[in-house]
Amino acid sequence: MSNIIELKNITLSYDGDKILDNLSLSIENGQFVTFLGPSGCGKTTTLRIIGGFLTPDSGDVFFDGKRINDLPPHKRELNTVFQRYALFPHLNVFDNVAFGLKLQKVPKDEIKKRVLEMLETVDLKGYDKRKVDRLSGGQQQRVAIARALVNRPKVLLLDEPLGALDLKLRKDMQLELLNIQRKTGITFIYVTHDQEEALTMSDKVVVMKDGVIQQYGRPEDIYNEPKNAFVADFIGDSNIFDATMVKDYLVSFCGAEFVCEDAGFGENQPVDVVLRPEDIEIVRPDQAKVHGVVEGVVFKGVHYQMSVRCEGLEWIVHSTKSAAVGEEVGLSFGPNDIHIMNRLFKAFENTLTGEVTDEGKVTALGVEFDAPAVSALAVGSRVKVVLQPEDIEVVSLDLADKKVFIESQIYKGRWNELIVYLYEEESYLMLHTDLDQQVATDIGIKFHFENASVTPLEEMEGGKND
Amino acid sequence: MTEKKSRRRTFDLSRLTAVPYFVWMALFTIVPLALVVWYAFIDYPDTSFTISNFTGVVKYAKTFVKSINLSLISTVICLLIGFPMGFIMSRMSERGQRTMQLLIMLPMWMSFLLRTYAWMTLLENEGLINKFFSLFGIGPFTMINTRGAIVLGMVYNYLPFMILPLYSVMVKIDRSVIEAAQDLGADAFHVFSRVLLPLSVPGIVTGITMVFVPSVSTFIISRMLGGGSNLLIGDLIEQQFLGSVYNPGVGSAMSLLLMVMILLIMGIINHFDSDEMEGMLV
Repeated sequence: MSNIIELKNITLSYDGDKILDNLSLSIENGQFVTFLGPSGCGKTTTLRIIGGFLTPDSGDVFFDGKRINDLPPHKRELNTVFQRYALFPHLNVFDNVAFGLKLQKVPKDEIKKRVLEMLETVDLKGYDKRKVDRLSGGQQQRVAIARALVNRPKVLLLDEPLGALDLKLRKDMQLELLNIQRKTGITFIYVTHDQEEALTMSDKVVVMKDGVIQQYGRPEDIYNEPKNAFVADFIGDSNIFDATMVKDYLVSFCGAEFVCEDAGFGENQPVDVVLRPEDIEIVRPDQAKVHGVVEGVVFKGVHYQMSVRCEGLEWIVHSTKSAAVGEEVGLSFGPNDIHIMNRLFKAFENTLTGEVTDEGKVTALGVEFDAPAVSALAVGSRVKVVLQPEDIEVVSLDLADKKVFIESQIYKGRWNELIVYLYEEESYLMLHTDLDQQVATDIGIKFHFENASVTPLEEMEGGKND
Repeated sequence: MTEKKSRRRTFDLSRLTAVPYFVWMALFTIVPLALVVWYAFIDYPDTSFTISNFTGVVKYAKTFVKSINLSLISTVICLLIGFPMGFIMSRMSERGQRTMQLLIMLPMWMSFLLRTYAWMTLLENEGLINKFFSLFGIGPFTMINTRGAIVLGMVYNYLPFMILPLYSVMVKIDRSVIEAAQDLGADAFHVFSRVLLPLSVPGIVTGITMVFVPSVSTFIISRMLGGGSNLLIGDLIEQQFLGSVYNPGVGSAMSLLLMVMILLIMGIINHFDSDEMEGMLV
């Protein structure tokens, strides 16, 4: 199959913020491709670039092998279903759907035939004379789809088309859209923030975050083999823990070592490990390496969702068997259920460079603190400061040492792991907090340097590297 | 039970609040209108019925035509300026929109008379504009006391009444509707003719009404900028009541005819606006 759409090294900034960062992607003809990600990840922006409503700062857009960067929207052989339908309020259903065909100067009787056929396809037979504002949300949605599809575009762009509908209608429309796509064979490019919708409907899913593609692949692959903790966290329920790759095919977490199927991470490397709740089996405590106490059970219809505390880590388990709260259980899983991923933040601790600014005092990240360990060093010497994630506290902005931007938040079974961006230093820190924070917002943080380990920088050179 | 009762009483009370308005309307709108009709059909100062007042108007037919002509020209110019202006405004940032609204309203904080006087000093043969031209050795041009000056005065004074209703209708047109049209193959011209224009009709109708009606009945603009030779209907009516000719019968007949004509023209224009009159509430 050939590529109908190709994006090459697309970069777009708005007000100094990078919305898309060097994004490249190929979309095969006839596929149902979904862009999935939290709000602000750049998925709608990408769609608007393909539609021609935005021009990238750099990079190329190819349509059927031709570069279309400078082609205005009305000359592109694709159509869009807009987020809030964007129907023409002054036209009735028929004229809305016929809008594109009239502009193409299609003969009148053919317009009539095609429009009525299309209205039948989207289940709106007999609605052609209605005013669009007299239609329900679901009906308006179907008019919007008919209006786009009647032009027989090569590609249909859909920008969260079901976002405004209630759950039941959403489910029906999902199936309907899928049917239409299969029937027509038109390439669908679909944008949503609903992971279930993405997994149900798509041939391929593009998971995006902060203007960067995190993973591009079949829904099964993205679910079963998420590339990093963000993807795992965003797609479905997961248990994500800090782990250490002892060596190839051996990983250590939750106080034990496990055989796994991943290799090539290096020895004693910090990694993230992901286990899907449905891959974990509840067994007798003596039958498994991991055992803990059941803390909560919720019946979910098909399965029970249990939370089990082992070695301080909270495990979420989905099982058709129930266990009582307070009961000791074992958790069993196989090597292929353990997914190893590179960490978003490479280490388990923050390593900073500080400077001795006074006798027994060190300044790092603009904060001066007592450091008796290096009191022998002269003023101006550089030191290595290792700050544990738990020694950075989230505080209100007026009490903060620094204002930082929350890059990501992932629940690690014991705490939320936050990766934050320092504006001035243009670098990242990792910290642990019990509170839920809003990703992509600013928060204040306070450093507890009194707990940090401070060593002269010279010792590090040629030494161990973590 | 008690709840129902009290609700009913407040309903009655709220109806009472409309009474002052009705009294006002009756005293100052309906009664004068009735008087105008009365005077138009009597042989003042006699009170016998006559239609001679209307036959007396016939000799002013030319003035009627000129008034309507100049007002239509002014209205069209206002529409041509106001439409793009309203559209540009409606696509501005919220802050930009507020600033523009303020700038458009600003001249209206000054007296209508003062503004028109200002144009006199600008347009005079010895005025600022001609002085400026004389620096380059051109002119002087005759600008004051021409029909052009009257049109200029009308456009200048009534343009805000065209821009604001257009803007308030256009600001409600969602950007995505325009994008949808582009997406379906409409170039700039078709976006305008198939989407923007039809959706702006309520604003256009309101704008035309609010510019045409005061233009066609103005007498200050024509008197101050048009000189003695360019009298409009408004001036004639004023002369019938306050001038040396003093003939309230003919004056009333003229007013009545003007009103009927305006109603007719507005009826025709409103016919184009089949939609709900959202834009009328400006």
